[in-house]
Amino acid sequence: MRTRPALLNVAHRLAILAYIAFALFPLFWLLKVAVTPNDLLYTEGVRLWPSRASLEHFDFVLRHSAFPVFFRNSLIVSGSTAVVVTILSSLSGYALSRFRFRGKYWLVTLMLLTQMFPLVMLVAPIFKILSPLGLTNSLTGLVIVYTAFNVPFATFLMQSFFDGIPKDLEEAAMIDGATQFVAFRQIILPLTLPGIAATLGFVFTAAWSELLFSLMLISGNEQATFPVGLLSFVSKFSVDFGQMMAAGVLALIPACLFFLLIQRYLVQGLTAGAVKG
Amino acid sequence: MASIDIANIQKSYGIHPVLHDVDLKIRDGEFVVLVGPSGCGKSTLLRMIAGLESVTAGEIRIAGKRVNELAPKDRDIAMVFQSYALYPHMSVARNMSYSLRLRKTAKDRITTIVAGAAAKLGLEPLMERRPRALSGGQRQRVAMGRAIVRQPKAFLFDEPLSNLDARLREQMRAEIKKLHRDLRATSIYVTHDQIEAMTLADRIVAMNGGVVQQVGSPLDLYDRPANLFVAGFIGSPGMNFFEGTCRAGERPMFHIAGDIAIPLDASPPLANDAKATLGIRPEHIVLAGHGPETLLATVDLVEPTGFGIILHLSLGRSGFKAFTNDRSFLTASGTIPVHFPAHSLHFFDSEGSRV
Amino acid sequence: MDYAVRQGRSAIRPPLMKRLADASAPYLYSAPALILIVTVMLVPLVLGVSYAFRDVQLLNPFSGGFIGLDHFRALARDEAFFRSLRNTLWWTGASVFLQFTFGLILALLLDKPFRGRALAQALVFLPWAVPSFLAGLNWAWLFNPVVGPLPHWLHALGLMSQPANILSDPGLAMWGPIVANIWWGIPFFAITLLAALQAIPRDLYEAASIDGAGAFQRFLSITLPFLAPTIAITILLRTVWISNFADLIIVMTGGGPADRTQIVASYIFTQAFKRLDFGYASAIALVLLALLLAYSLLIVILRQWLLSKD
Repeated sequence: MRTRPALLNVAHRLAILAYIAFALFPLFWLLKVAVTPNDLLYTEGVRLWPSRASLEHFDFVLRHSAFPVFFRNSLIVSGSTAVVVTILSSLSGYALSRFRFRGKYWLVTLMLLTQMFPLVMLVAPIFKILSPLGLTNSLTGLVIVYTAFNVPFATFLMQSFFDGIPKDLEEAAMIDGATQFVAFRQIILPLTLPGIAATLGFVFTAAWSELLFSLMLISGNEQATFPVGLLSFVSKFSVDFGQMMAAGVLALIPACLFFLLIQRYLVQGLTAGAVKG
Repeated sequence: MASIDIANIQKSYGIHPVLHDVDLKIRDGEFVVLVGPSGCGKSTLLRMIAGLESVTAGEIRIAGKRVNELAPKDRDIAMVFQSYALYPHMSVARNMSYSLRLRKTAKDRITTIVAGAAAKLGLEPLMERRPRALSGGQRQRVAMGRAIVRQPKAFLFDEPLSNLDARLREQMRAEIKKLHRDLRATSIYVTHDQIEAMTLADRIVAMNGGVVQQVGSPLDLYDRPANLFVAGFIGSPGMNFFEGTCRAGERPMFHIAGDIAIPLDASPPLANDAKATLGIRPEHIVLAGHGPETLLATVDLVEPTGFGIILHLSLGRSGFKAFTNDRSFLTASGTIPVHFPAHSLHFFDSEGSRV
Repeated sequence: MDYAVRQGRSAIRPPLMKRLADASAPYLYSAPALILIVTVMLVPLVLGVSYAFRDVQLLNPFSGGFIGLDHFRALARDEAFFRSLRNTLWWTGASVFLQFTFGLILALLLDKPFRGRALAQALVFLPWAVPSFLAGLNWAWLFNPVVGPLPHWLHALGLMSQPANILSDPGLAMWGPIVANIWWGIPFFAITLLAALQAIPRDLYEAASIDGAGAFQRFLSITLPFLAPTIAITILLRTVWISNFADLIIVMTGGGPADRTQIVASYIFTQAFKRLDFGYASAIALVLLALLLAYSLLIVILRQWLLSKD
């Protein structure tokens, strides 16, 4: 009688393992090619691990390519976007969570709509607007665009964190002698710190991944972010697989770090965005 | 310390009124309890006094000064919340000193005041803990401590004991009463629990549907309830009601459903044959006697409470309860004689008002 | 009525300054976000709509004139556009269906407690955090017979006559981005559905077992009805999102070979980015917007209809 549940358990674990293998295999292959020396890449064929691993591709990418610049640019853009978005969305999220005001309905509707319509529509007009302002081919331009794109989703996320803090606390503070803004700063914000960290993480990941607008708005190598740099490298030197994949591994590192940071909040983040990737 | 005057206060959300014309004068040092079922507007009234809700119409004065437009922080009142509302990221000591720090009180003064309050509430060993690490009763004490360090003009309590279990609630109830005896601070206390209201209040304000039903001392409300609502709300088990008509005559009678007549000593001030309600508290029913005043009631159910016995009885189709300390009724069955003493009867007219 | 009249007469209004400060607070809190959204999203949107009726080409300084419906006439004759419409349906349908199916299975597997669940969960959700451009490149490399194992494995299984790159096979190319999209999108569905699964009260299952329901009956009578609203809303919203999601296609195939993988969103981007024809790109974008609006309207009507049936 006990064999059936035992069999089911084995099947369950095997299915989980299959999912893990499917999820990790591409990343594993990225790493594998990145550490395979060039002379072994074509001779060894489909092997799960090269007979000799080396870090020569990483060494080349870090010392003789423009990737460190791309990496730095992406860090600047994603980091600034994350900080600015988090500040703006904690203010607007607080307004949505704590106030009843005329126009709230319209604000929410507007923010939801921005999550629904195809952003690719804006590629051309945004280029036309930013170009005379000198904001194309500029990291600042990218930060402004990314900030606007991420504020609606981050606002809903911050709102959900604020909603989790009882209103009583603020009222207690106001009776204790605080103005609403002091109560926001001294009582609510400190309690929202985990939420703020999660929002930073979500926005950083989103900005780090953005592709279309960085392709459109950035042309030179100097200001290129990681995706732009990597794609132009791919189209120029499409045979240096080792180096490309080493660069890919580098692009993966910050994303994985932030994934660890926001893991606990995935559900909240995905439902706040509802449609955000 | 201060008096609080509430004059013709009204509150509505949109077109939906929640408080109708509340008028109340609270004397300096008085302990007033607002009691009523949930949704009766008692919490709204308290929050309006605190400044957490705006006033639709009317005026609130604290120590003679109009406060309608003042922010909560400028009203100099303290409040204890049902959820305690302790700041989770601050230690007990910092929770208690927050209001003093906001007012830029000198450091050494803060230390003295907080230490004094902690001693009074027995909180000394907990001062460095976070609220998370406290039990419900301890949190409740910290919330009280946070209120008393302020030495405010008035204390407001919003169902402060609702989240405690029965035993702790009894204990904290006594502590609040002792605290008030020591501080003599003007206090307004909101509860839906009539026992809390009876035990704590100098005066009770019974509310229902946004309207004040009766204001008076606890025994006033118990002995002379102004209307059916107050009569039914105060007391446990609640007052028994019989609907019927009064007939004058050689021997006045109160006729209830099922052709049963309850004999009265004298005619109540009711028109002959007018519809009315007769009320009597379970503990006032006498379970003995013979003669013309005695009726025979059927025993439906016997509920021993340990302290006494609640008997579920019926006269014809009308059920009612009687309370007795006599354990011989534990085995009561069939019918027993009951007697409604004339001085324990309450009469209410068809509008529900006491006559 | 009497009440309202009295209230109006006896109401004493607070001073103007305080009322002003109270009323403006929420607007002050949300103003920075709102201004940014309006200037960076709403203004370009309106501008983009106007481009659809103008001749806007980046490299032609004399362009910019109003040309009425010319773009739309060209669009009506544009074979590539109609192909991209069909491709969008195929891309969205296959991606959403497979992401959802595998996501639901994963969520059900993870709903059962077992040792190491937290770690397994972190590992299977990891693809969600991989930047989309990297996911695209990564899968493009896996499909590449020079460095990737997939063509060789498919060949070994007899599914392919020789190890070739399916991304350059017009008949199969669309499967490349779809597979990458499934890999990348399973976590989204799994996370959302897992949260919904864990919100189902456990005692319902216990009550059903006591009532004699087997595992499959419990799934049908408890799990599915509870999940249904989450499933409906995520699928509907995700459909819109995926139909607009061009990153993987642009990275993996650029819409090729022979426009076989071009979806509307990537077609818009190609027109704007490669041909620099902003006017035509905006005209296509307007059509896409209209289609999405129609789809959203359909959902709203469907929802109304379903609600009115109850």
